[in-house]
Amino acid sequence: MDIHALQQIVHQTRDARRKQTLPKFSPADRDQLIHKYHPDFRERAYRPIRFGPNDGDKTVLELATLLEGDSPIADGFDLTADHTTDVLVVGGGGAGCAAALHAHAAGAKVILATKLRLGDSNSVMAQGGMQISVAPEDSPVTHFVDTLKGGHMQNDHQLLKVMVEEGPSIAKWLLSLGVLFDRDADGNLHVKKGGGSSKPRLLTCSDYTGLEIMRVLKDEVLNQNIQLLEFCAAVELTSDEKGNCTGAIFKDLDNHRHVVVAAKSVILATGGIGRLHIQGFPTSNHYGATGDGLCLAYRMGAKLMHIDTFQYHPSGAVYPEQLIGALVTEGIRSEGGHLVNAKGERFVNELDTRDVVSSSIIRECEEGRGIRTMSGRIGVWLDTPLLDAEHGPGTVEKHFPAMMLQFERFGIDISKDPVLIYPTLHYQNGGVKIDTNSETNVKHLFVAGEASGGLHGRNRLMGNSLLDLMVFGRRSGLTAAARAATMPQGKLTVGHLKGFRAEAKKHGSAGGVVSPMILPPYTRKEPERMANS
Amino acid sequence: MRDGWSDLPARCTKRKMAQEDKENVIDQPEVLRHKMVTIEIAGKKYEVPEGITIIKALWYSGQEVVRGAGCLGGFCGACAAYYRTKDDPKVRTCLACQMAVQDGMSITMMPPFPARKATYDIQTLKDPKQDLFNLYPEAPLCRNCNACTEACPQKIDVREGVWKAVFGDFKSVSEMFMDCVMCGMCTPVCIADIAPNLVALYVSRAQGAHFTEKPLGLDTRIKEIQDGRFNDEWTKILKMTEKELADHCATVK
Repeated sequence: MDIHALQQIVHQTRDARRKQTLPKFSPADRDQLIHKYHPDFRERAYRPIRFGPNDGDKTVLELATLLEGDSPIADGFDLTADHTTDVLVVGGGGAGCAAALHAHAAGAKVILATKLRLGDSNSVMAQGGMQISVAPEDSPVTHFVDTLKGGHMQNDHQLLKVMVEEGPSIAKWLLSLGVLFDRDADGNLHVKKGGGSSKPRLLTCSDYTGLEIMRVLKDEVLNQNIQLLEFCAAVELTSDEKGNCTGAIFKDLDNHRHVVVAAKSVILATGGIGRLHIQGFPTSNHYGATGDGLCLAYRMGAKLMHIDTFQYHPSGAVYPEQLIGALVTEGIRSEGGHLVNAKGERFVNELDTRDVVSSSIIRECEEGRGIRTMSGRIGVWLDTPLLDAEHGPGTVEKHFPAMMLQFERFGIDISKDPVLIYPTLHYQNGGVKIDTNSETNVKHLFVAGEASGGLHGRNRLMGNSLLDLMVFGRRSGLTAAARAATMPQGKLTVGHLKGFRAEAKKHGSAGGVVSPMILPPYTRKEPERMANS
Repeated sequence: MRDGWSDLPARCTKRKMAQEDKENVIDQPEVLRHKMVTIEIAGKKYEVPEGITIIKALWYSGQEVVRGAGCLGGFCGACAAYYRTKDDPKVRTCLACQMAVQDGMSITMMPPFPARKATYDIQTLKDPKQDLFNLYPEAPLCRNCNACTEACPQKIDVREGVWKAVFGDFKSVSEMFMDCVMCGMCTPVCIADIAPNLVALYVSRAQGAHFTEKPLGLDTRIKEIQDGRFNDEWTKILKMTEKELADHCATVK
């Protein structure tokens, strides 16, 4: 059928739906729904890791294979340092920039290395906003409780307390750098309501919050003249005789040479795993989201946690083909957008947590109430025109310019027609286990941002990622910088690989997989020639 | 591992549908036809499936992409590209991750352009509106050719923005350039060697740091935290058993 004909039911049922209020599910119903439909509970997608710090723990096949993968660095590799620094930051997204800026401000010599350009990251795409409890009726404690609920009570309490308490000072820092958060008429920071939060708490820069923050942080990194190694992918860490972290080895993606950096501390801010396309899901993640930091930290002996749980953002675009996997911001639902099945019915409270909303969309589709595309995709409608109906014409255009433009390029006006969506792989809930200074169990190895685990429990609340990046970027940067003055540079070896390789051999894992992946293998290989087949 | 360029069906459709509902299928003739089109990438012809994005066309034609791809979501500006459609003399700009290929299209990726970025300490500027002329002395030399506006894939009125910056209307500039992905396509076309995106970035940051009201509520909250206003609540919460905490969380709606 013509897409407009299928959309009619959304238009026809709009007025009736506007009068409806949908209660949130009871805790028991939530659990049941998630266990039945959430991708985290697909047994076949998981296997235990066979050796290393998380021996026996389950994770998805795609990640397990990479964690057990071999290092590209052979024994006897020349570890003469090309650069020496106090603090080496790996990753150029939000956490990396925050770490580099704070370490630099504290007087340390900093090198920031990133495998793409400075700023290429998921951070730049964050549209929904940043949770900080600035409203008088809100408090850090309420922020803590909301996050804990969203994370299924599995969040590390210490990390979480640190994050919510330092939020307001992060807002002040960003404002002082010139970040333009949306304001109320009285000059106070405007707050929006986000899924799973009991109070409006999202600071926003229209629907460009991540872009605005990253434009400013990137500019500041350049203004501070922090040394950059762009298009340099970290392929291994170095350790001294005690197993402490002492630097990293990079591959320059332009000339394919190796670059060795000696550092007193290393901060991994390497982000997530969306480009592993876990369980075949499309992803909202950037090109480099291949979980490199997890592999590097794991080989060094750093313990991972919650690596069996991933966030599937409820609203990834399904139509048109060109936008598959791209994110349709949660802001639409925050402002009252309904999710509607093929029968024109709502089926979930749209402001429930992401895992619940995603599970319910999957349920609708699996029970035959989805809308299919000829390319074999399926989804439900997100009623975007409802926002104009509810808050006046022009609302969608004014509040969601990025999204308007994204669909307009393909001739779709989302203020007039609903959007077809299905969950998309969005975020790695877990990661490398850290303490409140962002340090791992490997000394002088820090992990900040999405690559770390524990803070978000088993489901990250919307808007908590941008805050996570800033808070733990800052903590890691300051801790690493403070340490630099009083410690010598450790020796550079790859001694840690010896034990890891022995374990791998014992488990028959010499399968030729080399990690990290660096970039996803999207380039189409040459089709087989007739003579060879 | 699925390829980026081929849009394999989502896994859920492989599972048995409770009800095969033929009525709820969107027409996509372009998907069924699988028509191949001929495009030109950096002067060489390739056959690729119609309608895929330019970035996917690069992968499809066997090219390794390192420079020229970033967020793949239209936000980072890494994949700035030039293209021309069949028989049209006009060379246009786009973000390659957001543009579908069509038959006869000629495409080339934009190389990194060596524009000069001024460095400054945003917080200690004394007179940001005057400092603009020291940091970017070329900014007032705009000759109004409008090439920057025509080059902007984000449809920003760049030329107008440059003039507003020069006339000190920093607020308008910061609003106009909120959509800017810093792709830099406005820069190589400028006959006055202005880098409008960098000018606008400076202006926007100055607007935020110097000409925007300080939010009083934020300072109040920071002071409350410093003064320990929430300490009793924290003590209570952090002392709770798992069960007590779960019960407490359940009361917060």
